[in-house]
Amino acid sequence: MKLTRRHTLMLAAGSAVAALLPMRAAAAAEEAIAAFTGGADVGSEGITLTAPEIAENGNTVPISVSAPGAEAIIIIAAGNPEPGVATFNFGPLAAAQAGSTRIRLAGTQDVVAIARMPDGSFVQASREVKVTIGGCGG
Amino acid sequence: MAENVKPRVRVPREVAAGETITIKTLISHKMESGQRKDGDGNVIPRSIINRFTCTFNGETVIDVQMEPAISTNPFFEFDAVVPESGAFEFTWYDDDGDVYTETKEIAVS
Repeated sequence: MKLTRRHTLMLAAGSAVAALLPMRAAAAAEEAIAAFTGGADVGSEGITLTAPEIAENGNTVPISVSAPGAEAIIIIAAGNPEPGVATFNFGPLAAAQAGSTRIRLAGTQDVVAIARMPDGSFVQASREVKVTIGGCGG
Repeated sequence: MAENVKPRVRVPREVAAGETITIKTLISHKMESGQRKDGDGNVIPRSIINRFTCTFNGETVIDVQMEPAISTNPFFEFDAVVPESGAFEFTWYDDDGDVYTETKEIAVS
């Protein structure tokens, strides 16, 4: 195949889009975080996020999160087409501010958990999960 | 109504007053994310359970807001305090307006 001017332009446009995609996902994740925290500073003590280092199947990745004393915990997967995963709100009868579930991950990425404490402060933990087969179909 | 939706919940039958128990819940649901395409390239519309709650005698234990990134057959595990005899009520809210419920009695010995 001869590399014509048109081909070169298309390639350039394609790579520009490819470079933009993860940035757009990251921006969506930041928006989701800002919507939860209201832009407040986020600490890092007092929250534990447990996730596998390597997940063979991104369709069902077991995670658990624990933040003693938290009011609510949000889980965000920045590399997914939609970054929101779940928000846990704890009632007076929750014995521990902790929960486990199974989530979908589109690819290797950081999973972030942010907890809102009763005093209005926020703490965050994140873990990288390497995904062998992504879990978003397509 | 989404077909074959069956909630399954594991709660101990008896417990000492004020004790902490671990509850595991699972509900069979396809949790269609709205990202997948069928053989002809058409997007399969989103159809998920978007909220799960657990209450004990009317008081909230946990209330989870769910997004499409929750896996097929949503599973949750969490801890609850049991102050007295009563019933745990579990509720799942489907995108299509359906509500699935399950009740588990528990006795304080």
